[in-house]
Amino acid sequence: MNLLTILVALPAVGALVVVSLRDRDRLAVQVALGFCGLALVASLVVAGRFALGGAQYQQSETLEWVPQFGVSWALSVDGIALALVLLTTLVTPIVVWAGRDDASSGGRSRSGMLGWLLLLEAMLLGAFLAVDVLLFYVLFEAMLVPMYFLIGVYGGPRRQYAAVKFLLYNLFGGLVMLAAVIGLYVQSMQGGRAGTFALPALVGLDIPYATQVWLFIGFMLAFAIKAPLWPFHTWLPDAVSEATPAQAGYLSGVMDKVGTFGMLHLVLPLFPDASRELAPVVIVLAVVSILYGALLAIGQSDLRRFVGYTSISHFGLIVLGIFVLTSQGGSGSTFYMVNHGLTTVLLFLVVGWMIARRGSARWQDFGGVQRPAPLLAGVFLFTSMAMLSLPGLSTFVSEFLVLVGTFTRYLPAAVIATLAIVLSAVYMLLLYQRTMTGPVPEHSVGFLDLRGREMVVAAPLIALVLALGIYPQPVLDVINHGVGPTLQQVGVTDPAPVLGPAAAGAEGNAP
Amino acid sequence: MTALVEQAISAPTVSYAAVAPILVVFVAAVIGVLVEAFAPRSARLAVQVALALSALLVSFGLVIGLAGTQEITAMGSVAVDGPTLFLQGTILLLSAVSVLVMAERRVEGGVDAFAPAASSLPGSAFERTLTQQRVLQTEVYPLTMFAVSGMLLFPASNDLLTMFVALEVLSLPLYLLCGMARRKRLLSQEAALKYFLLGAFSSGFFLYGIAMLYGYAGSVTLSDIAAATAGQVGSESLLLVGTALVAVGLLFKVGAAPFHSWTPDVYQGAPTPITGFMAACTKIAAFGALLRVFYVALGGVSSDWVPMLWAVAIIAMFVGSIVALTQTDVKRMLAYSSVAHAGFVLVGVVAVDTSGLASVLFYLAVYGVTTVGAFAVVTLVRDPGGEATHLSRWAGLGKRSPVVAGAFALFLLSFAGIPLTSGFVGKLAVFSAALGAGDAVLVVVALLASAVAAFFYVRVIVLMFFSEPAADGPTVAVPGAFTTVTITVGVVVTVGLGIFPAPLLDLAQQAAVFIR
Repeated sequence: MNLLTILVALPAVGALVVVSLRDRDRLAVQVALGFCGLALVASLVVAGRFALGGAQYQQSETLEWVPQFGVSWALSVDGIALALVLLTTLVTPIVVWAGRDDASSGGRSRSGMLGWLLLLEAMLLGAFLAVDVLLFYVLFEAMLVPMYFLIGVYGGPRRQYAAVKFLLYNLFGGLVMLAAVIGLYVQSMQGGRAGTFALPALVGLDIPYATQVWLFIGFMLAFAIKAPLWPFHTWLPDAVSEATPAQAGYLSGVMDKVGTFGMLHLVLPLFPDASRELAPVVIVLAVVSILYGALLAIGQSDLRRFVGYTSISHFGLIVLGIFVLTSQGGSGSTFYMVNHGLTTVLLFLVVGWMIARRGSARWQDFGGVQRPAPLLAGVFLFTSMAMLSLPGLSTFVSEFLVLVGTFTRYLPAAVIATLAIVLSAVYMLLLYQRTMTGPVPEHSVGFLDLRGREMVVAAPLIALVLALGIYPQPVLDVINHGVGPTLQQVGVTDPAPVLGPAAAGAEGNAP
Repeated sequence: MTALVEQAISAPTVSYAAVAPILVVFVAAVIGVLVEAFAPRSARLAVQVALALSALLVSFGLVIGLAGTQEITAMGSVAVDGPTLFLQGTILLLSAVSVLVMAERRVEGGVDAFAPAASSLPGSAFERTLTQQRVLQTEVYPLTMFAVSGMLLFPASNDLLTMFVALEVLSLPLYLLCGMARRKRLLSQEAALKYFLLGAFSSGFFLYGIAMLYGYAGSVTLSDIAAATAGQVGSESLLLVGTALVAVGLLFKVGAAPFHSWTPDVYQGAPTPITGFMAACTKIAAFGALLRVFYVALGGVSSDWVPMLWAVAIIAMFVGSIVALTQTDVKRMLAYSSVAHAGFVLVGVVAVDTSGLASVLFYLAVYGVTTVGAFAVVTLVRDPGGEATHLSRWAGLGKRSPVVAGAFALFLLSFAGIPLTSGFVGKLAVFSAALGAGDAVLVVVALLASAVAAFFYVRVIVLMFFSEPAADGPTVAVPGAFTTVTITVGVVVTVGLGIFPAPLLDLAQQAAVFIR
């Protein structure tokens, strides 16, 4: 059994152990954290073994699973997958620790909640590492079940509605994708070959253009719902406003990344012709998402829905970076996925603490919080700066790369997308001003500041955003290692820089 | 005249080894009747259950022993080949677990799910006396065994008359069994009468279709009909009308819309252990017969009937999925779900190739296991009036008994085709077979229907897990060993074949060869 399989199996085993610890809540949390920690260690070992000079896919393991359909348990890590695996293993223990008391009310079992969360982590890791399309699909669909139960059992008053909406939207996308997955399988049987779902064998398959378009649509629908991209996004604000803060952060910060990951990791290499031809359509949707999410975020009064709409805007930028088909765009998007994961989890947690203290999720019920609770306000301000991509923070690097990558090929899209920077400043600073500054109203007197246990949760996320902002190169090296070959498979090269007359003159003077 | 006289009369030859699985069950049924007549009442239940279970298991052993057989026997009327044996094995195992649910007495306070005397008038003094005396009716076991023997013969029939006889042998006991519920007896009797009338009607269609095909080919043997279609002798219109009429009879039995109108009433009215048995085993046997007729006898003219089954598949998937949305009774909901699943199986049938056949065999097996398990759970959710089948009564069940509700949720997720359950692998198999045969449109339609179907399965899960339990809600009876075994088998197989489907897929692929 190789290390990748162990990495996927650790949280799954942890889930079983935790579920068996009913009625022993304290121990269940410790055991869950233990398994998350082991997974983190395993993922760090995988990262340590990852050779930047090596092949695109490394540390592969292939076990025969359903030979009748050519399905195998095939795991392998490339630069893109490694970045998201590390995000997952880093964030999961934080989410487990931050959300450990979410099940305490109403006689709901904490071990059940932790079990679902660990199972979800295992499926996420498996989906990021899978290099078999059916294995990916199975995990992509199956991970709906744990999240469905997390929202539906542990969520807020409208949790039933939110959970069902979440499940049905994603299930619908998944079923359409299943048709495309089977269609891909049928394509692999051309010329009397045995059918296969193995990604390396499917990449470079000669699929007729018309078929590629249909398969592209099938895959993209599922990923656009999951990511979520306008106009398939309506489930997200409901889901995140009903889920507990930790789970909402995990949902939009980590789980939804499977959608954008799938676009970059599967759709581009599998359907290169369709991706090139239909990229403008996706870019239009992405740009609409960017503006739509930002504008609606400004108008929200519910803090959790607000964060949900900011996520839709950010997902627009990620998708934009993927489909401009340039190396800066691809690397920026991948890095964006990591940064957005870190900042969104942080923002959901901060907002969750605020809501828990005030007993209301409307910003109108806050105000002047920074005086009684300076630490909380400070963390909120830091998160706001990260959300609006302040230079020096990691989010700046990724957003800058995405926009640079867009400028070289799609100038109008880049110009409009740049508006997002302004809009994100507007919605974040407006919210900060409305909730944190101003005179201290009566209900904000004695607003509890961050406690030590909450600082423990926030500190690692803040440190990572800072560290990756100051020195992003190691992570970018890993990401570039994966993005480069992927774009080669699509058959695109970066547009050559267009030199202005001055530069041309300078070049002419050179010996 | 002289020619007739000179012809030597040869005794019909029967390869008894090949038909032994059917005979064992049939003999057990006959012995069961004798037990009813001669054994003391107190000993009957134990004897009947032991007899039924041992006969089913012996028969299953014989089926295993016959693996690999390709033989037409009993003067050309019975074909023992891969599909026959695969389906017979499946039917036998599912019947065995169904018999366990029938024999369960703990959930109903020491009695079983059947009326103490089917002939007693509902609500009469006689019935009350029998109930007070805690009389148990054991004739369900021989009736079940007769039905099983018909089901074993149905997919093995190599000529249309044998198939008709098998159809009647399996149907008549089922009509009776449907009317024997202990509670809600009027509903049960109504179900039996409806089933009988509509069943007799569809048998008429089937028989008329046989006559037409006989008129076309001059024979009722499937291989002769196939030869006639290849030679293009006989009247085309007889062939088409005959095909359509035979199809009506078979599609009625599999419960595919628009021939499904009996399913909701019968599923709801019949005693739940019988519903589970019928929903799983009848469907499997009838699909076996349908496959044999269409693949063996009419395989050469598939362009004539594939469009018809296409249409039926689409209608069944959508009628089943959409009407199930509006159901408020869990048994009726499962009935419409079975209509939708008949449509999904037909998607595999219209592939008309080996992978289609193999996928259908696999789908039937996993669907049967999940169905028996799901109906076994329904028997456990009870209130003072018997089983609480109204969906509103299931609210909050997950809080009160997480294990039972969890098992039911798993079965529903499998019906919905969520990955890592056996239902997903079944859907994957039939859809890839259909897509491999070029039916892309049908597959897309089937996936849309799956999305609709997912909604009502999910709705029940929402009800069980995310709603607050009602104050006077039903209790979950503690199951006895028998029902526990059935539900456990269902859960283990549903998850097991969801994660490791390779062995059964392999078996289905090996079995997917019809002898002609």
